[in-house]
Amino acid sequence: MTYKELVELREARLKEIDVRFNKNSPNKEIMVCSSTGCKSNHGDAVIKAFEQALKQNNITNVTVGRTGCFGLCALGPIVIVYPEGTFYCRVTEEAAKEIVETHIKNGQVATKYLYDPEVPTQTTKADIDFYKKQHFIARKDSEYINPENILDYVALFGYTALYKAVTEMTPQGVIDEVKLSGLRGRGGAGFTTGVKWELTAKETAKQKYVVCNADEGDPGAFMDRSIVESDPHKLIEAMAIAAYAVGASKGYVYLRAEYPLAGQRLEKAIKDAKKYGFLGKNIFGTDFSFDLTIKFGAGAFVCGEETALMHSLEGKRGEPRNRPPYPAQSGVFKCPTVLNNVETYANITEIIKNGGEWYKQIGMGKSTGTKVFALSGKVRHTGLIELPMGTTLREIIFDIGGGVPNGKKFKAVQIGGPSGACLPEDKLDLPVTYDDLSANGAMMGSGGLIVLDEDSSMVEVAKFFLEFICDESCGKCTPCRIGNKRLLELLNKLLDGKGTMEDIDELEALSHFIKENSLCGLGQTSPNPVLSTLRYFRNEYEDLVKNAGKPKTPKYRINKEKCIGCSACSRACPVKCINGEIRSPFEIDEEKCIGCGTCQRTCKFNAIEKV
Amino acid sequence: MACKNCTNCGQPDKIDKIVNKFKGDPTELIHCLQLVQEEQGYISQDAVKKISVSLGVPESDIFSVVTFYSQFTLKPKAQYNIEVCMGTACYVLGADKSIKKFEEKLGIKVGEQTEDNKYALCQSRCLGCCGLAPVISVNGQIHGKVTEDKVDEILSKLK
Repeated sequence: MTYKELVELREARLKEIDVRFNKNSPNKEIMVCSSTGCKSNHGDAVIKAFEQALKQNNITNVTVGRTGCFGLCALGPIVIVYPEGTFYCRVTEEAAKEIVETHIKNGQVATKYLYDPEVPTQTTKADIDFYKKQHFIARKDSEYINPENILDYVALFGYTALYKAVTEMTPQGVIDEVKLSGLRGRGGAGFTTGVKWELTAKETAKQKYVVCNADEGDPGAFMDRSIVESDPHKLIEAMAIAAYAVGASKGYVYLRAEYPLAGQRLEKAIKDAKKYGFLGKNIFGTDFSFDLTIKFGAGAFVCGEETALMHSLEGKRGEPRNRPPYPAQSGVFKCPTVLNNVETYANITEIIKNGGEWYKQIGMGKSTGTKVFALSGKVRHTGLIELPMGTTLREIIFDIGGGVPNGKKFKAVQIGGPSGACLPEDKLDLPVTYDDLSANGAMMGSGGLIVLDEDSSMVEVAKFFLEFICDESCGKCTPCRIGNKRLLELLNKLLDGKGTMEDIDELEALSHFIKENSLCGLGQTSPNPVLSTLRYFRNEYEDLVKNAGKPKTPKYRINKEKCIGCSACSRACPVKCINGEIRSPFEIDEEKCIGCGTCQRTCKFNAIEKV
Repeated sequence: MACKNCTNCGQPDKIDKIVNKFKGDPTELIHCLQLVQEEQGYISQDAVKKISVSLGVPESDIFSVVTFYSQFTLKPKAQYNIEVCMGTACYVLGADKSIKKFEEKLGIKVGEQTEDNKYALCQSRCLGCCGLAPVISVNGQIHGKVTEDKVDEILSKLK
């Protein structure tokens, strides 16, 4: 492949998919999201329904295609109609027929299937609140690309960054650019990527490796899956650039076995990239050669830890080992190895295209660029969001996520997966950066954000994560293997109502011990959920001791100004403790109330408040 | 060795075929186990012996790898493998309640299999579809928004 051929390839494809960018195109293209979320919502059947409806109506200037993920999985299947870019949600087979009828035949927007049918002005992705504050780098362009077509990627200037790197830049030049960008690892620890590359480049070994950690194990995080499924070539190109920078000729993607679709897509993408000469021998006519292989994980959370991952790559038990030596000196098969996660790589091509200086301008302080978060739990809009570093938690949860549903009160947000922490309401204005989070006992982790409302018991949440850790601890070192088990026993004792105040102190002391003495990152962060809930919600632990294991029964009260006296709550109450006269405010008998919260869920006027 | 499913097709045993692909390469152990499990639904003792000879890995090491990774099983799989996601998002939205309901209905606990090998119930740590939480997977097919009241409906489809 020469540069001229690359440009020709791009321009030829751009002409073919002109409809996606040219608002005046006479043609139309209906693109259906083809990622796991939308697929499991019968996305493939929707594609068939569109094709059928078009055929029945003898429409020939409209094609049906597939795109990558939009991050709005809860409202799937998502469909975009080009050239207008109309954004449809919850598209069933029935809806497909209607969209063809209303939109394609009659040229009108099918408002029923818009993001918010009550706001018919929000027709394109750019109009929608959920996307307004977002800034796309790692997930850029996925709405224009069919993930299974390499030419779509080339059309959007794909593989030009690789060309630029191998023909116009020296390996050190690439490293300098990445260092200048300030990019830090998006997998958890946040180590500076450029420095990691430089350390590996300095090694003189003949064989070096580039590895991608796609073993996304944090429950609640799925950005890496989405990137691999939506834009696999972005990962391939970035890994090739990294290989050029450090002097590696072979790469591995360590992919979670639970992600079969990502595996299929990546496999096809690697095959196509080889066919076009973006992978293989003498890339772009230079003497740089690079080959890439997928290795599937087999379901072990600890394999997200770098040394464990490398053991697993070698076909062994995924147990971590002591560092040093670091992977940069001795990694896969004892050769110098660069290891980054998917999202980190997904930033590389844009950094090479636009320069490190450009990237550095985005974000805040020492946390540059953007971060993809997986927002879920008790929040109105769940999904993947990409934001400049330094966005506050409040903006994320309330402006983008739409706040807590069903009139409930926000209680905490769990950030960073099992190694992360729960942050309470008064931390909502915290800018999300590596340093601000760690200063508050939390960590970026892989970017899972799980919103908890007033009904969630923080001790139960801590127990949930500890159970996870106990399952997933590899067992190699004692503090993690036995320490976490003891923590879990203490939590269970408290929840059973047999705990004492001393147990709470013990819990805290043991947590610190595990943090300081565990072998790897998993153990060193495993008590974080306990420590952070102790730090911010200690009263809930103490209440368990005082009330013999029962969390304080919540009390409810009716706000007399909001209550219209409809009697819905009174009829729903299982102990019949709400009384009053129709059309005047009702009242709860607090003596009889068992605190079940049914009334609050029933009330349509948000008139029932927790005391 | 000839194919075990029938005695007369003359095809070589599929497991032999898989195992021979990785002859002499212990680094492919996990990959090899994955293909074997895909073929027979579990890792049989017979297969362990064959892998050991072909890849040159002691049986004890294979056993230690098989038991380390949650993907591998040494028991034959059930007809319907119900996997309830207990990832954080699903848990917060009540996945634990649907597990209880499944346990009640099937008369088994999480991690067990019914005696007729028809249903197996397990929990998983995040299937990566948190936007659709709570999620379950039946033989790899994802079902979204499965709350406890949907359990009966799901089971009625798995007869």
